[in-house]
Amino acid sequence: MHYLLSVIDDSANPSPADEPGAVDTFNQQLKDDGYWVFAGGLERLDASTVVDARSGETAITDGPFAETKEFLAGFWVIEADDLDVALELAAGGSKACHRKIEVRPFDGIA
Amino acid sequence: MSDVDEVIARVHRDEWARVVATIARRFGDLDIAEDAAAEAFATAVERWPADGVPPHPGGWLTTTAGNKALDRVRREGRRDAKQQEAQMLTDQLAGPPEPVGAIDDDRLRMLFTCAHPALAVEARVALTLRMVGGLTVAEIAHAFLVQETTMAQRITRAKAKIKAAGIPYRVPATADLPSRVAGVLAVLYLVFNEGYLATGEDTDAVRADLTAEAIRLTRLVRELLPDDGEVVGLLALMLLTEARRPARVSAVGELVTLDQQDRGAWDSRLIAEGHVLVRERLSSGQAPGRYQVLAAINAVHTDARDARDTDWSQVVALYDQLVRLDPSPVVALNRAVAVAELDGPHVALALVDPLSLDGYHAFHATRADLLRRLGRSAEAREAYDRAIALAGNTAETAYLTRRRDELVR
Repeated sequence: MHYLLSVIDDSANPSPADEPGAVDTFNQQLKDDGYWVFAGGLERLDASTVVDARSGETAITDGPFAETKEFLAGFWVIEADDLDVALELAAGGSKACHRKIEVRPFDGIA
Repeated sequence: MSDVDEVIARVHRDEWARVVATIARRFGDLDIAEDAAAEAFATAVERWPADGVPPHPGGWLTTTAGNKALDRVRREGRRDAKQQEAQMLTDQLAGPPEPVGAIDDDRLRMLFTCAHPALAVEARVALTLRMVGGLTVAEIAHAFLVQETTMAQRITRAKAKIKAAGIPYRVPATADLPSRVAGVLAVLYLVFNEGYLATGEDTDAVRADLTAEAIRLTRLVRELLPDDGEVVGLLALMLLTEARRPARVSAVGELVTLDQQDRGAWDSRLIAEGHVLVRERLSSGQAPGRYQVLAAINAVHTDARDARDTDWSQVVALYDQLVRLDPSPVVALNRAVAVAELDGPHVALALVDPLSLDGYHAFHATRADLLRRLGRSAEAREAYDRAIALAGNTAETAYLTRRRDELVR
């Protein structure tokens, strides 16, 4: 199964910077153990732009899609046998980047 | 109830978990397992009165449930139907359905899946009672005072999450076992407490159906994990608590506190069994966990023929041990109750006052009692008012109300 591990940050209560190299070490371990699919860190929230073309015309607005204190700071996509494995990896990721992780299964992957 | 009905009720109690768990493993789907097991029991109700009870009811039910599940998989035209069929055939060719050990493992798998930490606590409780306990959705809904449709939805959602999120159907790895067993025990203790301290305005003060079910399931877990000290501890704790149930509520429906209970009404058989289990753990020489310490505390209480004979220094010593394992304010509150008996209400009140438990009825009830004993009636009255407003149990409300009204003006 494929899981999305979302890194959750909180603008009201920002996490202290992670230890240099901790995430790299964690990433390498994911690759060595065969769980790695893809991962990335995201720029700050104020760098985001929302595009809405549902009406046929494209509307472009500045800022994130929802006004929340918590936001997505980065993610991993991993392949694991079951949720227990994914939860354990998420715990490792949370330690490495000093942030909360949401674990969510993919319905499908293209 | 006819003889056959009784047999069916007993077989349901004894075999439900086994049947569901076996089918769940074979088909990899809790929904199919639940429905197939229910259909198999319905078939038994229909056929056994006429055909007679089969020589191996459990085996008959598992086979029947397996066929029902296979029918459904075929009907729904699942791609994996052929594979399931092949699996069924192999199972049948292999002779007797399952070696005992494997079936026991299935029930354990089911327990760990239902009590998985990725599920909401109320979903864990509902799912465990349905899939392992074999209670109907209506029974569980009634026990937790929610609409049947709400409970059905809760269970359906939990099963859907298990499937979608890939919650595994297996016994956890050895490293994770202690914390996962603790999760299973927490669910069973919740069921027990909901029975023992039943909430709701118009409900019975004690719901014996829930306490009995919790004890039955804990016995099952003990059978499956005989070497786990905390499982024994929880079983002993439940037995020693349940033993006092006959004396806990008065004829007029009022809570009777431990010191006022008619100890002759306690169930001596349950107490004897609980004491044996506590002694078994004491002699193991292993450091006890939370449930074992709580069981030991209850063993001290049930050891005293009269409330005045209670060995309070022993109780306080055990609470000291518990505080080290679980430094929560609720444990500190219970310890203070014992301290009041040993060192007086003044010392105890100094321990209770700083606790941040303002939303907890027992905090106010304890303060009320200590203030009453210190002759501080006005403050006691206020504390009783707070406790009454927060208490959800009918017998407890009645008791607190009388104590408040008896205060000297």
